[in-house]
Amino acid sequence: MNGLSIIMAAGDGGAGQAKAFAPLDFSTFPSQLFWLFLSFGILLFLLSKVLLPRLGGILEERSNRIADDLDSAARMQREAEQAGKAYEQSLSDARAKAHNVAETTRASVNAELEAELLVADEQTAKQTAQAEAKIQATRAAAMANVDEIAAETALALTQHLYPKKVSITAVRKAIKALG
Amino acid sequence: MAAEAGKQFDPVRQFDIHKMVDIQVGKYDISFTNSSFMMVVAVAAICLFLFLSTTKKSLIPGRFQSLAEISYEFVANMVRSTAGRDGLQFFPFVYAIFMFILFANIFGLIPFFFTTTSHIIVTFALAMMVMVTVLIVGFWKNGFGFLKLFNPSGVPLILKILLVTPLEIISFISRPLSHSIRLWANMLAGHIMLKLFASFGIAMAVGLSGIFKIGAIAPAIMTIALTPLEILVAFLQAYVFAILTSVYLNDALNPGH
Repeated sequence: MNGLSIIMAAGDGGAGQAKAFAPLDFSTFPSQLFWLFLSFGILLFLLSKVLLPRLGGILEERSNRIADDLDSAARMQREAEQAGKAYEQSLSDARAKAHNVAETTRASVNAELEAELLVADEQTAKQTAQAEAKIQATRAAAMANVDEIAAETALALTQHLYPKKVSITAVRKAIKALG
Repeated sequence: MAAEAGKQFDPVRQFDIHKMVDIQVGKYDISFTNSSFMMVVAVAAICLFLFLSTTKKSLIPGRFQSLAEISYEFVANMVRSTAGRDGLQFFPFVYAIFMFILFANIFGLIPFFFTTTSHIIVTFALAMMVMVTVLIVGFWKNGFGFLKLFNPSGVPLILKILLVTPLEIISFISRPLSHSIRLWANMLAGHIMLKLFASFGIAMAVGLSGIFKIGAIAPAIMTIALTPLEILVAFLQAYVFAILTSVYLNDALNPGH
């Protein structure tokens, strides 16, 4: 047997057989239809009643789980944001309080200081007034003494220059008349 | 001897149906054949795959569970995007059609395995299932409003009577034909081509002598190149069949559009 005869035979192989082209052989149709409907029916039944709900359940469960996880993540983020806000709030509160305390302390210290200053001023003024009064008195006394000294000096001078007796009272009168 | 060898290499002999268990009911021959066997194998494989891949029900899917989930969401998205949310009630039907055709096509590509979808009666029966479903759902949901399908809005009356409505009716009636022949012809032609090139390569390697045996490389390379293409076609035809099913179901649910 050589290759050429095999190839030739392959070419007209169908013609040599009595059998028709198999896909158009009507005698096999009932069997094919019967088994197709049977097997496809069983497949459809199993798929719609058992297998696809099972598979769909897995997918649904996963998407639910993912949605849940996303939800809880969002909730946690919200909570974290709220906590952050609360922290900011308390921080600014504390800052305001501290500011307040500082302010009141400063004000009270200032008031105290001013009061003390006032008292000190008053005391100073009083002392000044006392000192001035003293000076005034001293000066008046001194001035009185000056008059006396002048009278005595003038008496001594007149006793040396003038032979007539001059009384001290007359001298004082004269100085007063000058003054 | 040549005739026997010819039977071996004849590219259409692979579509022959052999009885495995002879069953007669009345005058009908419903024998269990190699075709029936492959149908049962496909259904068993689909069910086993889906069952075993979902036993663990893990939150983070493994390899096979991932595959099962991808097939689920692939078909679900297809139905949702073409037939809308209402269409999801037909999701198991579309999923069954998609998986059945996909598994039948893919299994058929394994050497010496029979391809169920290479027989016109099988694809035609599947297409008729879709057609009957569409008709029942269409009339049940919309009553005679379903006939609006042939009466598209926004077309001048004369044009509608003369051209559009007859065309719509013809296209509706020819749907099961085009639907089934598309799948069948793709499977048939692909398998004939594969068989032709593969047997040609073997015949050259066996039959030719000496240095000429090298010539067998050309058909062998062709076979290797065609195989991934056929895998693509196997998937693509299942996808096309399923998406057209959802498009037709959309017509049944919303005939006005």
